[in-house]
Amino acid sequence: MSLVNKQLRYVVEAVRDNREALSEYIYRLYERIERYEEKLKGFITLRPADTVIREALEANRLGKPLAGIPIAVKDNISTEGIRTTCASAILENYIPPYDATVVKRLREAGAVIIGKTNMDEFAMGSTTETSYFGPSRNPWDPSRVPGGSSGGSGVVVSAYMAPAALGSDTGGSVRNPAAYTGIFGYKPTYGGLSRYGLIAYASSLDQIGLMTRDSVDAALLLEYIAGEDPRDPTSLDLRVGGLFKEISSLGEGRDLPKARLVIVKEMWSGVEDHVFKTTMNAVDKLSSEGFEVEEVSVPEVSYALPAYYVIAFAEASSNLSRYGIPLYGLSKDPENTSWIDYYSEIRSKGFGKEVKRRIMLGSFILSAGYYEQYYIKALKVRRLLRDRLLPLLRRGYIASPTMPIQPPRLGEAIEDPLRLYAMDIETVIPNLIGSPAISLVAGFANSLPVGLQLIGPPLGDRDLLLIARTIEIIIGLSNLSPQMG
Amino acid sequence: MTPQKAVIGLEIHIQVNTVRSKMFCTCSQDYRGAPPNTNVCPVCLGLPGSLPVPNREVIRKAIMLALALGSKVLDKVVFVRKHYFYPDLPKGYQISQHRGPGMAPIAVGGSLEIEGDSGPKRIRMRRIGVEEDPARITYPSGDPTRSSYSLIDYNRSGVPLIEVVTEPDLSSPKEARVFMEKLLELVDHLGISNPDLEGAFRVDVNISIEGGERVEVKNIGSLKDIEKAISYEVVRQRAVLAAGGKIQRETRHWDPVKGVTIVSRYKELEEEYRYFPDPDLPPIAITSSIVEEIASKMPELPWHRAERYVKIYGLTRYVSRVLVSRKRLSEFFEEVVKIYGDPRRVADLLINDFLGIVNERGGNLDMVKASPQSIAKLLSLMDQGVISVKIMKMILERVVLGGEDPEEIVVRENLKVIASDEELEELAEKVIKENPKAVEDAKKNPKAINYLVGQVMKLTRGRADPQKIAAIIRRKLSIGS
Ligand SMILES: [Zn+2]
Repeated sequence: MSLVNKQLRYVVEAVRDNREALSEYIYRLYERIERYEEKLKGFITLRPADTVIREALEANRLGKPLAGIPIAVKDNISTEGIRTTCASAILENYIPPYDATVVKRLREAGAVIIGKTNMDEFAMGSTTETSYFGPSRNPWDPSRVPGGSSGGSGVVVSAYMAPAALGSDTGGSVRNPAAYTGIFGYKPTYGGLSRYGLIAYASSLDQIGLMTRDSVDAALLLEYIAGEDPRDPTSLDLRVGGLFKEISSLGEGRDLPKARLVIVKEMWSGVEDHVFKTTMNAVDKLSSEGFEVEEVSVPEVSYALPAYYVIAFAEASSNLSRYGIPLYGLSKDPENTSWIDYYSEIRSKGFGKEVKRRIMLGSFILSAGYYEQYYIKALKVRRLLRDRLLPLLRRGYIASPTMPIQPPRLGEAIEDPLRLYAMDIETVIPNLIGSPAISLVAGFANSLPVGLQLIGPPLGDRDLLLIARTIEIIIGLSNLSPQMG
Repeated sequence: MTPQKAVIGLEIHIQVNTVRSKMFCTCSQDYRGAPPNTNVCPVCLGLPGSLPVPNREVIRKAIMLALALGSKVLDKVVFVRKHYFYPDLPKGYQISQHRGPGMAPIAVGGSLEIEGDSGPKRIRMRRIGVEEDPARITYPSGDPTRSSYSLIDYNRSGVPLIEVVTEPDLSSPKEARVFMEKLLELVDHLGISNPDLEGAFRVDVNISIEGGERVEVKNIGSLKDIEKAISYEVVRQRAVLAAGGKIQRETRHWDPVKGVTIVSRYKELEEEYRYFPDPDLPPIAITSSIVEEIASKMPELPWHRAERYVKIYGLTRYVSRVLVSRKRLSEFFEEVVKIYGDPRRVADLLINDFLGIVNERGGNLDMVKASPQSIAKLLSLMDQGVISVKIMKMILERVVLGGEDPEEIVVRENLKVIASDEELEELAEKVIKENPKAVEDAKKNPKAINYLVGQVMKLTRGRADPQKIAAIIRRKLSIGS
């Protein structure tokens, strides 16, 4: 049987001492890509197969632990010598001169970048429809979106075009597409993975995350890329040494660890019926398997979404100030133009509609007079949420649907910003409080996967992943294959 | 009618050119002389995805300056982003510090006492912060309006700056200059900045005349220009008001070539900077033990040093103040005194002769190659009568700028004062014989003897004491003095 459908850890083992198997495996991935990529548009930049195979064989020959395994990387994570566009016209031809720390660590461990995945422009969106390069499509139903903003990463892992992918998660951008494409999505504690090289959307919320076929693969990769980074003053040590070994051995005869699930009522209130039922069934099943379930009310949760958007827009308007300078691809002859006009022209041409909307709102939020009224107030809400939720996370894991609705059809959500923003209602909470969170498949509704979100306490990544593995084993829905034509 | 009072405040940006690296990356802080755009990295180029890492040494230096000015050091350092679009700012914002909700500079308050126009005066500080220098833009013709393109050099981008903002306590161009001299002296002595390096400081001046709005003159780069720009602006504002006009709140630039201030094309009002705390830089806690530790390592302040010179060395206030005007000069002075003794004589040589040579060439002490030993030796050579004052002055430049050993010069070029009176007698005899006309003149007019003395000096190539020669000639010609 082909290795293509296997989890990453099995592929690594199979190819470690078998270079023929490695090139054969990569060749099979490219076969899948050739067959499905045109329809699904998972990649913005796909590297040539011979380059990837050559690099993979070299890593394998050197005996590196990941043995030359190809990994897909979201196109807002800097890769030295490989175009990194953020799915924006303004960076269409930008080739970074340096690797993001996570990419550097992956490469050092023997992984090879297969390509850069599609996303919402500058990660601003929840459907991958704001990409300058056109939308990605959901492998489970190509008339629907794969979620976003790391939609391309979700597509390529779900459709077996890469065994794993890096995504980034500012308000759900890893968990949302993981839920919609039926894979495992993990957003670490804020700072748990270095942000150095991640092209910023909203710096205080941004976090690189992993999108894999299950939690065990995530733990394997995590061990190689985690760890404090002197280049990122916000980075932290997650202390995940030995996690892969521990998580791999779960379910082998020993009793599975159990935990308490905290149901915050407000996080289940605006949820679509099918989604509610499917996720609640999963919770019930866990309860019958020995998990404690506690229901609480946290009314402050209703402020999370507006606070999130105020903070995200403000930081985005600042982070995106750098584009327009003649250092990147999109530029023009500045002769006889004032610099202000020059910037206006480049930025008008280079940014898409959603990005402009967020920059304008963010600039307004930060302007004198409104800064205190909006930004400072949003920071207070953030603190309030942390004060309310952290005590709950000391007792158990907050469980909710990952997404309040099932994946919209292309074009359905994008035209209505309020509807689009409301999709993030569950996922923004961990980003606001700095917590780690995962999404795994809880079940199916209308033949589409439905995600269960689990939130842990900051720095509780290790235990969160172990519980996630337990749940995967109990529910039995990991490493799924979408039915594709 | 007395002219309306001028109210002047300064915003000073001082490069911290004594540390190793830039403010937020590991590139060298010393950008001078490197080929354009070679002293750069993803961080100081503001490349997407790069992150700043604060240079803690600069924060320590800013705290030290705050302590020297008696400012209140705040308990955490918060960096903010100051936004504006200009190609010298690769991120579209400058990482800086500010006061406001959720923001805090390094320190607030404090003061510096200066000799004001009418006696001692305290100039109050508003705040002290750190920030990054923007890149440098150059225009091929030197003037943006007459250049068809501009060149951007990012070598300077990210160089650490300390920003000092004063209250508007200064009243004249002269006071502004005196204040700046004293502040630069201070940062020099604290090891924060060598103020003599090109571009080591830039000043924005806020000036208003009673009855008018505040005008900001930006980016003045030298002490002379600060004084000139303020003088120009005070006269201009008074003239506008006298003619019944109004002074608008505006930003102007100083044109050092034309000697005028020019109104800037864009309004740069504070409201438009969209300040907010930089989410990439977690606030840094400054504990009292950190502050105490920095205080314990504080070098001697220049005014304390000057006081010591007066008390211990018996120097005048003026001489003491000149000696502490630069740390290197005062250290040099103390080294020479340690070897040679006699502080007054050392001070005299340094202030009159030594500084004369340096100041003739712009005043930057970096050009000095002399060791304290060589200056001490020079003084000893004079004491021992080996060389004359004239020879000392003749060779001083080579000692100071060339770093040559004075003794070696004297030996090599046979510059010793002629010790033997016989040789002088002989030479005097010779000159008298060869210049009968001058001898006649000298007999009639005693002042004309100088010509004969000069001729003898010429033959000795300056190796003699002219007074001694004069005495010999007078004796030989039997004329009184
Ligand atoms: Zn640098």
